[in-house]
Amino acid sequence: MKKLIRRTEFFLFLLLVALGLGFTLINPRFATVANLLDLIKSYSFFGILSVGVLVVLLSGGIDISFTAIAQVAEYVTVSWILAYGGNLGTALLVGCSVGTVLGIVNGLLIHFLRIPPIIATIGTLNLYYGVLYVVSAGQIIYQVPEFYRTLSGATLPGNFPVLGLLWIGVVILAAWLLKYTVLGRSIYALGGSQIAAVRVGFNIFATRLFVYAFMGFISGFASVVHTALVQSAIPNSIVGHELDVIAAVVLGGASIMGGSGSVLGTCLGVALLALLGNGLTLIGMSSYWNNVMVGLVLLVGVTMSAVQRNLQAKRRVTNLDGAALMARPTHDQRGTSSGMPLA
Amino acid sequence: MRRFLYSHRDLIALTAVLIGVAAVMLLLNPERFLTPNNLRSMAFQLPEIGILTLAMMVAMLHGGINLAVIGTANLTAIITALIVHAILPVSGNEWFAIALGLGAGFTASLLVGLLNGFLVGYVGVSSILTTLGTMTLVNGICIVITGGSTISRLPAPILVIGNGVIFGIPVPLCIFLLCSAALSLILSRTVFGFNLYMLGTNSEATRYAGIDNPRTLLGVYLLSSFLASIAGVIMMARFNSAKADYGQSYLLVTILAAVLGGTSASGGYGKVIGVVFAIIMLQMLASGLNLLGVDPFFAIAMWGAILLLVMTLNHFFRRRV
Repeated sequence: MKKLIRRTEFFLFLLLVALGLGFTLINPRFATVANLLDLIKSYSFFGILSVGVLVVLLSGGIDISFTAIAQVAEYVTVSWILAYGGNLGTALLVGCSVGTVLGIVNGLLIHFLRIPPIIATIGTLNLYYGVLYVVSAGQIIYQVPEFYRTLSGATLPGNFPVLGLLWIGVVILAAWLLKYTVLGRSIYALGGSQIAAVRVGFNIFATRLFVYAFMGFISGFASVVHTALVQSAIPNSIVGHELDVIAAVVLGGASIMGGSGSVLGTCLGVALLALLGNGLTLIGMSSYWNNVMVGLVLLVGVTMSAVQRNLQAKRRVTNLDGAALMARPTHDQRGTSSGMPLA
Repeated sequence: MRRFLYSHRDLIALTAVLIGVAAVMLLLNPERFLTPNNLRSMAFQLPEIGILTLAMMVAMLHGGINLAVIGTANLTAIITALIVHAILPVSGNEWFAIALGLGAGFTASLLVGLLNGFLVGYVGVSSILTTLGTMTLVNGICIVITGGSTISRLPAPILVIGNGVIFGIPVPLCIFLLCSAALSLILSRTVFGFNLYMLGTNSEATRYAGIDNPRTLLGVYLLSSFLASIAGVIMMARFNSAKADYGQSYLLVTILAAVLGGTSASGGYGKVIGVVFAIIMLQMLASGLNLLGVDPFFAIAMWGAILLLVMTLNHFFRRRV
């Protein structure tokens, strides 16, 4: 029980329940099944991407280029099917393949050239996005194949959207991968301490390559969901939202320095953003306030976890005899050298 | 001589690339690249992103990042514009209204810097998370106070900042050069600058050396915010308007330009002159390709490619040395 209370996920869950109750009291329409299912559907794209971002952050890296990857995958997939025909399976195959290849490029750059992940992926973001725009001449595809509409409208018994089911599928896949496979444990190990991971004998190259390839794969997968949601392929509809997704994952308790975070937390982070966006509108507040709220929640969240960490460090030190030298928590270090994940 | 060459090898490499880009652009556009018109349009476009890059670079020197630079710039512009519009009908004196507006705008941006510096320096939140939060918050505040709309039609004297010319040199370019010179002096000739480089190299060592790390970090974010608001005022004057989502696409470009200019992403290294060169190079590339009638997004792809190329060269160069 004590362990449960200390966890970020628990706080997030309480916050979600409190917010949900508050919104429902003001506008009963909030807690309707229809509204919640609608929310799940419209956030499925965002939610799927957040799972990929979580895996990259866990490994101690970061990826900024995933929006560009999704953008390229979306455009290539739709163009491919319009040219050669195909069904949903083709779309997923093409989208995921394109995404995986671009993700592997990121991984290779980061591993072999030792470029800090944030810099490498800002570079590839510009590259992928720029090339896509030049090749596509910025042309919008309004007529997407019919199966996208079917996918968007498809529901399970009980009106549960299939797009939401895809999100849940990705979540379960990632949770299993991270918890029950050697690969998953090596991702946590790499993010916790690269040197320790090497000493234990984890294959750093394979792990890192997998992480960025997985991010690419997820981006490609998500791009199909995105096409279904917006029913068109617009070359600039996804790029620019990369930091929003990262914010959701961080809100879900993942450490930006790697090694800690969970799939459950990430889902709760996305849920919190979804709830804020939807709830504010339903209680009659202008959607202009959305970013103010998200910014405040984010700042309070990261401040709280930093304070908690400082207190823990202090407690640990005072428990040790004669460790008075270290009595000040080394917050300077945390605030500075760790500002940028450098895997 | 050899020692000079060795210690300035990054700058020499950058100069070579700069001359290379200039030469290629000149070859491709022999008639139009060196015309006064093109030079002038480059000189008007470059300063805002240049100053934003300086703001980003200051934060990167300590090993952090300031994702809130664009938001801070817009906040300054919006508050200045709003105050000017509110005061002007009452007092009628343009200069008074502008002074008050600029004062309020800069105060607001320094408050953002204060918040960033406090959280990073004194609370110990990592800078990427702090500024991700303030970026979203400040952007939200901008949207709320403008209602998402554009504030336009500013009084004439303020427009000079964005469009005026002194002795043939555009005013924004003068401001950019002034900011670069001032920042260069601050970084190389003051205790603060010295502390900042040392802090970026090894914050633990500076702490044991008795340097007040939190105070230095507070200074970093105040300086970064101040530079960002100068960029904001220039943008406002150039477009004759202010809006919450101006310049959003600049954010990643400023990081790209700072790194291209030799700023280390892990802190401790980076010179103003390198960043200035990188900015000039990116601008020449964009303008040159634009003259050729190439899709502007081709320039974006080229920026990314050049960044990766420079990082790759750096990697192999470092190995050999």
